[in-house]
Amino acid sequence: MKNDYRSRNHPAWWAFLVHRLSGLALSIFLPFHFWALGQALQGEARLDTLLRWTEQPLVKFAETMLVLLLAAHLTGGLRLLALEFLPWRGWQKSLLAWAAGAALAAGLAFALAL
Amino acid sequence: MNSAGQGYAASPVVATGTSAKTEAWLWIAQRASAALLALCVLVHLVTIIYAVRHGLSGAAILGRTQGNPAWLAFYSLYVLAIAVHAPIGLRTLCQEWLGWRSASLNWFIVALALALFVFGLRAALAVFLV
Repeated sequence: MKNDYRSRNHPAWWAFLVHRLSGLALSIFLPFHFWALGQALQGEARLDTLLRWTEQPLVKFAETMLVLLLAAHLTGGLRLLALEFLPWRGWQKSLLAWAAGAALAAGLAFALAL
Repeated sequence: MNSAGQGYAASPVVATGTSAKTEAWLWIAQRASAALLALCVLVHLVTIIYAVRHGLSGAAILGRTQGNPAWLAFYSLYVLAIAVHAPIGLRTLCQEWLGWRSASLNWFIVALALALFVFGLRAALAVFLV
């Protein structure tokens, strides 16, 4: 529908989609993350084995994407909290750009530290 | 609600099978856990980048967490906030995108919250105890 399309071709809708999809991806990742950390119960050597596995380029890329998604979910969430709980101010219009910028900076900081 | 009329987590707009009061509590729980998570995720991101810069190894991870009650308390709180936040968000997603609006969804979400809490706490304890 035309209206449907127009309402979705808007930065705020893309922010909603990023927030939802990043939340979904992080929820799917969580059980694997908890499982990996739980491997510490079998000793330090087991953790090292897992960490060696994560040194593969594809896994490193996935990790960078996860850090980016976590940062995006954080900054997008802070934007939502500000919109919902703070009195409306003009500067909140630029929150979207700040949220995207901060998330990218966090992803980059991780990628460069690898 | 955003400008496109999409309901965010636990929005009363998509309430199904639960009272308005329960939906309101879910909405509050989602926001309260989000505020707590904002702090936890910030600490987590800084720790991740610090850990990667200083050489990621089992010894380095356990050197920070092993027998450290402050990290155990932090991760326990983090896990609790996740166990509240993620299932409520997924509940809204299931309602809006999958059309899953029966009472079974609420049972699924409660089970998911419990599983995340237990599994997450096990992970926090694992890096504390070993």
